[in-house]
Amino acid sequence: MEVTISTAELLTTDGVPLKQSLRKAERRNKLRAFLLVFPLLFFIVVTFVMPIGDMLLRSIDDSQINSVFPNTFKEYKNWDKAADELPPEEVYKSLFFELANGDKRQIGKALTRMNYAKSGWKSLIKKTTREIKKIVKKGEEPVSYKETFIKINKFWGDPTYWYSFNQMVNDRSSIYYWNAVDRTYSEDGDVVLQDERRRMYIKTWFRTFKVSVYVTIFCLILGFPVAHLLANLPLRYSNLLMIFVLLPFWTSLLVRTTAWIVMLQQNGVINGILVWLGIVSDEGRLQMVYNETGTLIAMTQILLPFMILPLYSVMRVIPKSHMRAAQNLGAKPAMAFWRVYLPQTIPGISAGGLLVFVLAIGYFITPELVGGKDGKLIGSWIAYHLKTTLNWGLCAALGGILLGIMLILYWLYNKIVGIDNIKLG
Amino acid sequence: MNDASQSFVKFEKIDKSYDGEVLVVKNLNLDIAKGEFVTMLGPSGSGKTTTLMMLAGFETPTNGEIFLDTKPISKIPPYEREIGMVFQNYALFPHMTVAENLSFPLEVRKISKPDIKEKVQKALDMVELGNFGTRFPAQLSGGQQQRVALARALVFEPRLVLMDEPLGALDKNLREQMQYEIKHIHDRIGITVVYVTHDQSEALTMSNRIAVFNDGVVQQLSTPDILYEKPENSFVAKFIGENNTLNGVVKEVNGSSCTVELDGGFGMVKALKINVNEVGEKTQLSIRPERVSIDSSTSGSNNFSGKIEELIYLGDHIRARLDVCGNNEFIVKVPNEGSFSHKEGDQLNLSWDSEDVRALDI
Repeated sequence: MEVTISTAELLTTDGVPLKQSLRKAERRNKLRAFLLVFPLLFFIVVTFVMPIGDMLLRSIDDSQINSVFPNTFKEYKNWDKAADELPPEEVYKSLFFELANGDKRQIGKALTRMNYAKSGWKSLIKKTTREIKKIVKKGEEPVSYKETFIKINKFWGDPTYWYSFNQMVNDRSSIYYWNAVDRTYSEDGDVVLQDERRRMYIKTWFRTFKVSVYVTIFCLILGFPVAHLLANLPLRYSNLLMIFVLLPFWTSLLVRTTAWIVMLQQNGVINGILVWLGIVSDEGRLQMVYNETGTLIAMTQILLPFMILPLYSVMRVIPKSHMRAAQNLGAKPAMAFWRVYLPQTIPGISAGGLLVFVLAIGYFITPELVGGKDGKLIGSWIAYHLKTTLNWGLCAALGGILLGIMLILYWLYNKIVGIDNIKLG
Repeated sequence: MNDASQSFVKFEKIDKSYDGEVLVVKNLNLDIAKGEFVTMLGPSGSGKTTTLMMLAGFETPTNGEIFLDTKPISKIPPYEREIGMVFQNYALFPHMTVAENLSFPLEVRKISKPDIKEKVQKALDMVELGNFGTRFPAQLSGGQQQRVALARALVFEPRLVLMDEPLGALDKNLREQMQYEIKHIHDRIGITVVYVTHDQSEALTMSNRIAVFNDGVVQQLSTPDILYEKPENSFVAKFIGENNTLNGVVKEVNGSSCTVELDGGFGMVKALKINVNEVGEKTQLSIRPERVSIDSSTSGSNNFSGKIEELIYLGDHIRARLDVCGNNEFIVKVPNEGSFSHKEGDQLNLSWDSEDVRALDI
């Protein structure tokens, strides 16, 4: 008999394949680890992953209105806008029946959607529907549906109303995203700028970016020395200082923001002191709140701890001997700082910077309260559309763009610094 | 052994206090000659590292002046002192490669690129890390990091190199190997080295002279052999090497020798008079374990007997702990010549030469 020894698979002393045995031994541990994580995993899926997925879907979803006017939209697509001023008879006819027989609640929802595309749709359709219902009740069949519509309301002869259909005729559309950057569809379905008085998002996006960048830079400038002090003071003092840094976390955001209003307003504490000191005249009180300045000041103060803490955690582990070694090797203190200390704090700077920037770009309460008219950020528009106009598609698109910006930043950061260089504590 | 005119580094009446209440260094006077390897040895908190930091410029003396090459240096900032230093945990810059670490001191001195490259390579070759230039410190072993730190402290050709317990983080074998390497590099390039350690064997291996620190004061400054064989006080005797002590009172003084009556009435011991002056003074006698001979009642002037408490087999020698004259920590080293047949509990006859017993302070 020849004995063959398999070299492919390692066996345990008992002859069970090693891998299988290991899996069995590890199974309990793995199960336990999973069970420990499961509640949080479940929570995150339900409260984070699913809402974000739903939001992203909403930002491109136009299926509701398409289920209300399927035939109208189908006929509408056959309209040759170059040849005819108004849509063909079939469009009017389909709309007639879909308005006459449609579910009232669904039509109501669709009307809200139509009003986003062009204001005036809601009242026009409501009025028209009433007349159509009368005609149907009488049992008459119109000779020309087009004429009937125009007779009910002359706006049915206005092609601009019909053009706005362009924005709604597809189940999936990117119109919300275009709206979020001040663009819309033209009569031919091309992407064009909104008319002047409806352009506000691009401006707000730029302001959001500008404020976020400034806040990040201010936080870095103010936070770096504090973090350095925290990391190098004797424990007694650094603990006290740490309490000051953390104090804001224990105070309500709303209270702090309103406190800034008290401090900064024209009859507030700071202006009062400046006038009393004679630095500014009573008439020349500085406008420091309800504008971009106010937003910058308040947001910097509120986000400062998010810069200090990652910086501190990085600086704490940089040995003091490094600065000494650099000086011993002949570098002046400034040079030693620049070449030896600063490069070692980069993980903290980038972690803090990313954290502050990401928080700032989506900030809402503070800019809303102290920002006034020209200090509002994109978050305010999201809240406005969410609560007031109920244009959730646009909300979702604005949110989606925010999410996209953050992902791009994260990707860039990973490319440049490396994500495993990030240090939060 | 050096007069002031030729000393390269000179500490003159240095006092140092951090809080105005406790002196960490008291009246330090120390001369170091050019090319010398001087070690400051002492337990932690004895002021040796503080002294080194004052020399490097990271601490200011509270009183006194340090001279380097006859010039006072208290007012010169650390970055202009041209003193190389190897730090306790190396202080290699983790974001720079080995070569960048080494070129740093050269770059800040605005030396030309090709020269830097050449010097860095030479320094790396010196510590036998010629091919490691592109690695980061974290990718090196402890011993390799140690060598890089050494190369970095030497690459800009400083006037003086300071080493602050540089081998403390290494394991025993590597530590011994590095001791020889540092010694050889010192011999080869002849640079002045001031070395701080608490490990006496390290100090004995490498130094030309050793300054033993305790409590902020230099207890003895001498060459290793004198320090070991002729300690001037009981601290040095206890700190350097193994030491047996017997306490007693001086009964008779006779020139450079004296007779001491042991406490507890165990008899009289003839000893060298080192740190005692008068009859009646209390004293501590110090005898090195290897100077005690056993079972040789004929020789020597001091004959005693002791009971074996413990025997420890150590290969080349056997370490016997005895109870002698009331001291049950009395150690004797018996060379392993195959003839030692005593057991624990046996009585041994001991003797030692009066030249090997030193009467020190208590």
